[in-house]
Amino acid sequence: MHIIAFLIRRAIQAVIVMFVISIIGFSIQDNLGDPLRELVGQSVSEQEREALRDNLGLNDPFFVQYTRFLGNALQGDLGTSYFFKRPALSVILDKFPATFELVLGAVFIFVSLSIPAGIYCAINRESWLARIIMTGSIVGISVPVFLTAIAMVWLFGVELGWLPAFGRGDTYELPWGWDTGFLTWDGITHLILPSVTLSSIMLPLFIRLIRAEMMEAMGTDYVRFARAKGLPTRRVRYVHAFRNTLLPVVTVGGLMIGTLIAYTILTETVFQWPGMGFLFLEAVNRVDTPLIIAYIIIVGLIFVVVNTIVDFVYTLINPMVKLPGAKG
Amino acid sequence: MKTLRNLATAAAIVLGTTVMAPAQTLNFAYDADPVSLDPHEQLSGGTLQLSHMVFDPLIRWNKELDFDPRLAASWERVDDTTMRFKLREGVTFHSGNPMTAEDVVWTIERLKTSPDFKGIFASWVSATAVDDTTVEIKTDGPSPLVLHTATYVFPMDKDFYEDGGAEITKHGDSFASQNVSGTGPFIVAEREQGVKVVFERNADYWDADSPGNVQTAILTPIKEAPTRVAALLSGDVDFIAPVPPTDLERIENDDNTKLVTMTGTRIITLQLNQERNEALADPKVRLAMAYAINNEGIVQKIMKGFGTVAAQQSPEGYVGHNPNLTPRFDVAKAQALMEEAGYADGFSATMMCPNNRYVNDFKICEAAAAMLAKINVKIDLTTMPKAQYWPKFDERAADILMLGWHADTEDSANFNEFLTMTPNTDTGRGQYNSGNYSNAEVDELTVASLTETDAAKRAEQLQRVEEILYNEAAFIPLHWQDLAWGARTGVMIEDVVNVMNFPYLGDLVIEE
Repeated sequence: MHIIAFLIRRAIQAVIVMFVISIIGFSIQDNLGDPLRELVGQSVSEQEREALRDNLGLNDPFFVQYTRFLGNALQGDLGTSYFFKRPALSVILDKFPATFELVLGAVFIFVSLSIPAGIYCAINRESWLARIIMTGSIVGISVPVFLTAIAMVWLFGVELGWLPAFGRGDTYELPWGWDTGFLTWDGITHLILPSVTLSSIMLPLFIRLIRAEMMEAMGTDYVRFARAKGLPTRRVRYVHAFRNTLLPVVTVGGLMIGTLIAYTILTETVFQWPGMGFLFLEAVNRVDTPLIIAYIIIVGLIFVVVNTIVDFVYTLINPMVKLPGAKG
Repeated sequence: MKTLRNLATAAAIVLGTTVMAPAQTLNFAYDADPVSLDPHEQLSGGTLQLSHMVFDPLIRWNKELDFDPRLAASWERVDDTTMRFKLREGVTFHSGNPMTAEDVVWTIERLKTSPDFKGIFASWVSATAVDDTTVEIKTDGPSPLVLHTATYVFPMDKDFYEDGGAEITKHGDSFASQNVSGTGPFIVAEREQGVKVVFERNADYWDADSPGNVQTAILTPIKEAPTRVAALLSGDVDFIAPVPPTDLERIENDDNTKLVTMTGTRIITLQLNQERNEALADPKVRLAMAYAINNEGIVQKIMKGFGTVAAQQSPEGYVGHNPNLTPRFDVAKAQALMEEAGYADGFSATMMCPNNRYVNDFKICEAAAAMLAKINVKIDLTTMPKAQYWPKFDERAADILMLGWHADTEDSANFNEFLTMTPNTDTGRGQYNSGNYSNAEVDELTVASLTETDAAKRAEQLQRVEEILYNEAAFIPLHWQDLAWGARTGVMIEDVVNVMNFPYLGDLVIEE
């Protein structure tokens, strides 16, 4: 029963988070610039712009504007994008699959590389390969993501010409309206460069983290005991030791989701990836305030959902952990 | 009539297969895609680029900055305030409806209700359909700019829009922003905003003489300049614009690509606010600043030669271009002028510039600030994204503000109307004159030029204005931003691009 209590608590938290975010979003919107400039040409007179501003309700006091927004939001309407001329929510949801698949691609890459690499480096600390990986990971951490992205474009897109450098390629629409790039060869090739770029931020970090945790676990009493008991080395390493390195990895992983979302903005922009991050940056440039506010509210929601999932995963990995706030 | 047209089409098809190169697909990338399919919603480069693909104007500019007949086959001036356009016969819209004078009149009336376009059409008091193929335009006075204005008339399919919904909506959905029926060489086949627009050639296109052989054109917006260049160099796209100055050489030197450049018409200036800073009210100080700034150096070093050094607003080819005015740069003279004006010790001034509006905008401002420091003008420079810059510009928030301007009418008077005439909120004149420069003679000459139909006299008036502005250093002209397009070898983009930056892609030939 405590799971339901936990979920309700989280749902309330999500609502509060989104409410606070919407107020913050609303109060900074005046500093983002004048949306009218993006809507009209250069020679439109100030009177004409003022009339349009009135029309859009931009001249109303903050409180009136916010109440109107809140009223609509409660009915599921987060406003209409100035640029797309469609409900901001549906514009963002249309772009969600692209971002989700990019993140999934990146997660796939860094999970499938960082775990073996981290374990390898922990066990064969002195080998030359481990040294190369560790040095490489320092470099990887220090290079800004947009630089990695541009380097990738030049190397694989232009100089070698192996992979497409922009866009998402052919997509296939699944029956429930989800546009996927996973099912076409073109889509997969387009995914490679951006997801490698995006994973490049996480990969070095996770290799180092897994290595450090694994080394610690290898030195603990229970591992030594397992060894002394005569369990096969393989089992000691990959079941007993490795399982205990996962907990901190999941914690950091959960926290890093935010970073990952932030970096999709940069990655998507360089690769012209038609996802939410690129959409957001464009919206900021165009002062598309309804879209900006809707985006940050949705990202806030994603944070809460991801953290909830991370908390669940905890209990699966380590039965000693209880769901926060749940009694029992 | 109908059989005749069918015969003509058949002939065109037969000829087409023998004369024209085989149909081609063009992949091209701009930095943005059109905001809307409604040609009257926003007056911007993107809208006009789209209009020239999906619609046709009555007349259009050619490379010599002269007019070519399009949907208007001919025109004649009836009297000082009346112009008659004879329309081309047998033109149909994409919907199949025939194009008549009624459609043209309807389009002009719609333009007059568009917030963005009504300014351009303010002097057109009426448009009437004399018969099915004749449209008569009346202006509120003698007007030298009727033809300039007619390049903005892209006849729309009246019946199509009246059935669906003809409303011009700035915000929110409208029929016209999502549906389109024009007469142009391309039909919009597919559009996903911000991702791509697919154009298919209009099989019934009236201009059978057009050499164009692009069957399908796919526009992909690529915002990031390096990615756009990479897409061209890797062969993913056939044609890109704009090309960032840093990559000009690379595209030119690559065996598979070519670079096409052209002197642009967008003037980049620094406006000096005479109201905020009393030093700037002294013409000698302004002159000193004009002498202190090495605009040649800015073009060479910062723009990498990708600009044309300016000493006035009107680029070459415009009636107001005064060939006697030359760029000035002389630090000694500048210092002398400062001394004369009583500012030997200099003064302080604030300056604001956008950082994502014009090519290298903030770098230009940094350089200008450093140059002004040499004559003891201490600049406090702030740069910001254009979204924040424009509200600041409207507030006149600094002593020196950067402004780039392209005349929508491709005419010199437009510069003065917006940039150098005395600001007046009632008439809207001087809307972008943040310097608050005011000179009665400039005002008079500009107003006179708007109703002067004698071309020689008009040129004299507008060139005189440039001279006054130059002598008084009303503002500091820096350069005209050049235009550049990059294309794959074999894509004959050089034949269809123009200084207005709306390539006539309907006429584009791709050789194989």
